[in-house]
Amino acid sequence: MSRRAGVEAIRTRGWLAAHKWLLIRRASQLMVFALFWSGPLLGLWIARGNLASSTLFGVIPLSDPFIQLQSWVAGHPLAQDALLGTSLVTLFYMLVGGRLFCSWVCPLNVVSDFAGWSRRRLGLRGGWRPKRHTRYLVLLMVLGLALGTGQLAWELVNPVSMVQRGLIFGFGFAWMAVAALFLWELLVSPQGWCGRLCPHGALFSLLGRWAPLRIHTPTREKCDDCMDCYQVCPEPQVIKPALKGGDATVPRIGEINCTNCGRCIDVCPQSIFTFGIKIKPSETS
Amino acid sequence: MDESLPPANAATPGGVDRRGFLQGAARGIAGSSVFATLLWSQTKPATALPSQSLRPPGALAEADFLKACVRCGLCVRACPYHILSLAQPGAAEPLGTPFFRARSGPCEMCEDIPCVPACPTGALDRTLKKIDDARMGLAVLSDHETCLNFQGLRCDVCYRVCPAIDKAITLEMTPDLRSGHHAKFIPVVHSQYCTGCGKCEQGCVLPQAAIKVIPIALAKGASAAHYRLGWEEKALHGEAVPNLIKLPIRRPDGQP
Repeated sequence: MSRRAGVEAIRTRGWLAAHKWLLIRRASQLMVFALFWSGPLLGLWIARGNLASSTLFGVIPLSDPFIQLQSWVAGHPLAQDALLGTSLVTLFYMLVGGRLFCSWVCPLNVVSDFAGWSRRRLGLRGGWRPKRHTRYLVLLMVLGLALGTGQLAWELVNPVSMVQRGLIFGFGFAWMAVAALFLWELLVSPQGWCGRLCPHGALFSLLGRWAPLRIHTPTREKCDDCMDCYQVCPEPQVIKPALKGGDATVPRIGEINCTNCGRCIDVCPQSIFTFGIKIKPSETS
Repeated sequence: MDESLPPANAATPGGVDRRGFLQGAARGIAGSSVFATLLWSQTKPATALPSQSLRPPGALAEADFLKACVRCGLCVRACPYHILSLAQPGAAEPLGTPFFRARSGPCEMCEDIPCVPACPTGALDRTLKKIDDARMGLAVLSDHETCLNFQGLRCDVCYRVCPAIDKAITLEMTPDLRSGHHAKFIPVVHSQYCTGCGKCEQGCVLPQAAIKVIPIALAKGASAAHYRLGWEEKALHGEAVPNLIKLPIRRPDGQP
């Protein structure tokens, strides 16, 4: 790491432009919870429930496919509302990329990003790096547990559920999950939860297989190998084919684990990255 | 950034060598198996509902409830009396599941049962249309030594506050042998009508309630399948034992 990512982008395009998508994402995460908070705080009911299952404006059901899948595997047939809610959410993430949930909605993303930023600022190196596809093994484990125990066993420890529910219904000891995740990703395993183990994100990544909304690299020949995008990317393995693939690959990130967070767009001094919509099956996964 | 570099042992185009792959897969499977075992061993104790914690009306049997409930809190939001809450980390109830405690906030038995249609998964059963049919638990007058009515006094509060007064709780008169010329009015719970709402437990005037709502399975005994009560049989069939063989009465000679 010869330099800090983003410094060059700030110099050429200004601080605001170099943090545009980051700010929009933080606003998005805050907005999602504000929809749930306005009811109990102001009596203005927009969203009821929490991210596991909710009702929007009192009519539109929304349900988390990961939790509903566990429930179904555990042996409970999906009820009408849950089925409709899961379908709506699934459809949405099939269009925008499953892991958009991770970077635009999930509150743990803030913790994970902060841990990554702290690592870079403190110059921490090394750490335990289990393979990134380990998350799919964990996902299988979660479903196996649901099948074996006949209940939502993972939901006893799922930090994603714990924290999002805590934010809406009272935090209690959920701060321990936050602290654990932060310390884990800061000191033990870089990007070690969100990028390697989390089964929640793993399932969502599968939904994004054919998502039209992607990060495109139309002017990739302008890349001067500064590596800033690799530094800030929570899933750096997704960049290379899109950036360095030459004519062999489409100038677009096709990997399902790209979270569409847009940090690469922010920090690239050459402005190579951009959001784009293309309805075409991705070539890599 | 080791992920951006090709693996050092890439022997074949498009992947790692077989040994590396198998080793990696074995490690992952072993690791997740160890963790799964740990979690498995904890599911039973972690999902045992304390007997003082009650599920909302219409809740499926606990084992089915834990399959169906997604911990979304829509029932909590739907309850107009805010008696329901979701179990927080460190609580005695299964994490994130809805419950209420009768002593501090019993079910108010809404006519339209708003919590039930609010549940998106069917963990609260929508076939429950009448709140009187709910069975959240069963009230048990567990302590005869402190209950005032058992002392021959007229407290009657549990009976008075019962939404199904004279059905779920009745007062049964028995002679008060201590004074010799009074009656005791004993509150008796009838499981046929008790919804387990917990109003009686909340209403009990003692510092510790003598009447408590507990899970039905914990509260109820069960008669043996073959057991019959003569007087009930008589009411049903006109005789206690149908088709009883009449044997001739044989007496010693010379007796009428």
